[in-house]
Amino acid sequence: MMAVAEQPPYERKSHKLAIRHAISWIGTATTAVCASIGAICLLIILGYVAIQGAGAINWSFLTQLPAPVGETGGGVANGIIGTVMTVGLATIIATPLGLLCALFLAFFGRGWMPEVVRFLSDVLSGIPSIAIGLFAYILWVAPFKHFSAVSASFAFALLMLPIILRTSEEAIRSVPRTIREGALALGLSEVVTTLVIVVPAARTAIITGLLLSIARVTGETAPLLFTAFGSPFWETNPGNPMAQLPLQVFNYAISPYQSWHQIAWGGALFLILAVLVLNILARLVLTARFNR
Amino acid sequence: MQRVTKGRNYAAIAALDRLFLIAIYAAAALFVLLVIMLFGSLVKGAWPSLLKFGAAFLWTSQWNPVTEQFGALPLIFGTLVSSFIAIVLAGVVGILAAAYLAEFAPSWLARPLSFVIELLAAVPSVVFGLWGLFVLAPFVRNDLGPFLQKTLGFLPIFSGTIYGTSLLTAGLVLAVMILPTVTAISREVIVAIAQDLREASMSLGATKWETVAKVVLPASRVGIFGAIVLALGRAIGETIATTMVIGNRPEIAASLFAPSYTLASVIANEFTEANGALYIGALLELGLLLFVVSFIVNGLSRLLLYAVLKGDRA
Repeated sequence: MMAVAEQPPYERKSHKLAIRHAISWIGTATTAVCASIGAICLLIILGYVAIQGAGAINWSFLTQLPAPVGETGGGVANGIIGTVMTVGLATIIATPLGLLCALFLAFFGRGWMPEVVRFLSDVLSGIPSIAIGLFAYILWVAPFKHFSAVSASFAFALLMLPIILRTSEEAIRSVPRTIREGALALGLSEVVTTLVIVVPAARTAIITGLLLSIARVTGETAPLLFTAFGSPFWETNPGNPMAQLPLQVFNYAISPYQSWHQIAWGGALFLILAVLVLNILARLVLTARFNR
Repeated sequence: MQRVTKGRNYAAIAALDRLFLIAIYAAAALFVLLVIMLFGSLVKGAWPSLLKFGAAFLWTSQWNPVTEQFGALPLIFGTLVSSFIAIVLAGVVGILAAAYLAEFAPSWLARPLSFVIELLAAVPSVVFGLWGLFVLAPFVRNDLGPFLQKTLGFLPIFSGTIYGTSLLTAGLVLAVMILPTVTAISREVIVAIAQDLREASMSLGATKWETVAKVVLPASRVGIFGAIVLALGRAIGETIATTMVIGNRPEIAASLFAPSYTLASVIANEFTEANGALYIGALLELGLLLFVVSFIVNGLSRLLLYAVLKGDRA
């Protein structure tokens, strides 16, 4: 009898609990939908670029110079070569500087100067690439009075540095102190310890960071507008204006010609594949380390 | 004899070590110098414009290269409005997505999903622009725009002629572009929240959702605010995608369907054709403005995130 008397408040409670569980379920489902929006956006964009671009990519697309207006065919071979050269040169500039800075951060820890470098690096990573392009223009284009691929590489290197700095610092920090101390105790010099023991021990994470930084600038367009500028010719001298694939995509896209739009889609597909492969490669390098 | 050579080797090694140390210091100093030079050279280049227009540059609404009258107000307007649309959309979706990835999703799903969202961040902005121009802009002009006008047309922001390349299209493209930033960093912030809070809340009888909505998210608000500010910086500085979809017209209109212009797109469109110290100076002043704004915005968000993530830098 007592239990029966107690039932009404009991039931009300469980009724409330059911509502709370329902709200919990709806809330969770909403967040799941939101999480899938990002993935859906990626799929839609990838799908569109793949469908539109696949038709444009063929042998002449990859091997020929851009055709003049009105002529059919033609390709973006000079842009692909230009982009590879510019990004390669930027990597050559940014890697040693970034590694040395990362060593500075890892070895000198928490003083005011490393903190300043760290803060500036983080802030630099958020500076719009177009502002960095203007800097490259002022420093390397204006004094020489002509556009050049080197100036673009300089801008790219500045864009890569924050990524290299952060990933390499963390990589070097993650090498156990004892390894370093052991090497020093065996009589190895500071230089040898660092370059032969510590950096190689951290290499997978450093390479991951490098790949990510390369992916970051491959496809970057804004600074190219007034540094590498673009060129309709085969150009392999980095001191001259050079064709760039992202620039070609941009210029063809905003042109009024249907056939040029087609080339823009093809170029975009090429770019997106390159960037995705670099990112996935970076991820594979990193996970391979943990699986070993 | 052997002792002497040994001593000499030690000296050489010590010298090499010192040299290496100097190189490390020099690299760090060079890095700091480069950032300072970045600021200095923009100020120097913008000087003619800074002298001529002064602070009025920021609230004059005439952008006319022919008469050499330069005021950045319409550009600031276009930049802020398109970024605002993006931050509202990406903020809501991104924070909820982060909550799902950090709290609700099973780990076999959370990991690949996080990676896919990271990949979205890797898509080059020119590709976003291409997609925005040929897919999203027609959609806004033919479907989304008329729909919004029919249902919410009494609002001034949804009035007037519907253009495909408009503030709204730019805002939508930017929202997709900054979504990964909001999601990834908010997720990190949420993961960093102490497990005690969750356990305490659950043990008091809260459901999982109540724990997340009333305990975990409020506890992460500083860091999430940092993530939002960081994403705002990205949106303000985005150039190529915006240039392709915003319509490039330096006017201030109430309607989101109207074309507009941003600080970064003006530089992208006009810098190579600019002549005269004043015109170039005005464009460089826009670049300086972008630099200063993103420096402040990024600095602020980093300081917030440092405090929250304690060492793990986002």
